[in-house]
Amino acid sequence: MTFTLTFYAVTAALLAISFFRDREKTKAALHKSWRSFENILPQFLSVLMLIGIMLSILSPEMISLLLGKGSGWYGVASASVIGSVTLIPGFIAFPLASALHKSGAGYTQIAAFISTLMMVGVITIPMEIKFFGRKNAVLRNSLAFIFAVTVAVIIGVVLE
Amino acid sequence: MRKTVRKNIKRYKFFFILLIVSLALMVYDFKLGMNSFRLTGVNMLEMLSILPPVFILLGLLDVWVDKALMIKLTGKGSGIRGAVIAFLLGSLAAGPLYAAFPIAGVMLKKESKFSNVIIFIGAWSTTKVPMLMFEASSMGLKFMLLRFLLNLPVIVLIALITEKVLSQEEKQVIYENAERMS
Repeated sequence: MTFTLTFYAVTAALLAISFFRDREKTKAALHKSWRSFENILPQFLSVLMLIGIMLSILSPEMISLLLGKGSGWYGVASASVIGSVTLIPGFIAFPLASALHKSGAGYTQIAAFISTLMMVGVITIPMEIKFFGRKNAVLRNSLAFIFAVTVAVIIGVVLE
Repeated sequence: MRKTVRKNIKRYKFFFILLIVSLALMVYDFKLGMNSFRLTGVNMLEMLSILPPVFILLGLLDVWVDKALMIKLTGKGSGIRGAVIAFLLGSLAAGPLYAAFPIAGVMLKKESKFSNVIIFIGAWSTTKVPMLMFEASSMGLKFMLLRFLLNLPVIVLIALITEKVLSQEEKQVIYENAERMS
């Protein structure tokens, strides 16, 4: 929250500086901001709908059940897949991770979930393709998936 | 006029399909469907609260940082310093990963080095400062630091591998696409 406010403050300050230095350029910048936003809006709305549908089916309780205590390799696999296909904002994901840990899920499962959640975005792939093309988007996500699982296994070995 | 309407219907096609799916979900199980709409609403508010500054910065970046400066900072020949700048740009950001794509588009348009743009995406996804602080408070400092340190080489590796695997022509197409999109 504090960070969001800081982010707003910094942006406002930069915008003010820009405005005093060159009104026309600032107008062009804001025009550009709006156009970029409008350009991505259809994908943005689709992603939000998908998240809603997905999270309503894949509730936190369901996730706990799949990744919980004694889920082992099966849990790591489900954690990676769930993390890849969902898009959960940090303010929900981290409390969920912490709750999972308290209810007995291993560090490996949690790390796999968090890492794939952040780095792999299956539902946002249409947006990524729009900017980076199909090959690069698929490649980046596949690599991110492999590395996320690798990192999770190492974290599990070190912390457990 | 008619043409723009038709174009927009096409653009929002997928959104309408999902809307119908959600409504169908509501018919199938009212509580589940309502919950889906509620979650979409909550997420939309969260995202809308962070997106305005992201897109305003994108606009400012586009008009104030010209191609020459961007090339000097993160273009070919910017070396390790360019990679570090891309990394910091991504880490100091806020917002979900997909908000990074339009900014990455501006970087591509101004001829940042390809691997640096991928480093920027990697940093945005993994090492965002507010996320790290949140992670440390919920999972412990040790867990956060370990994941952070392991992910540093991962971000670089992903950038190096994609840079290598994509051919010159494929990258050229991506750069031209970025030019066209803005």
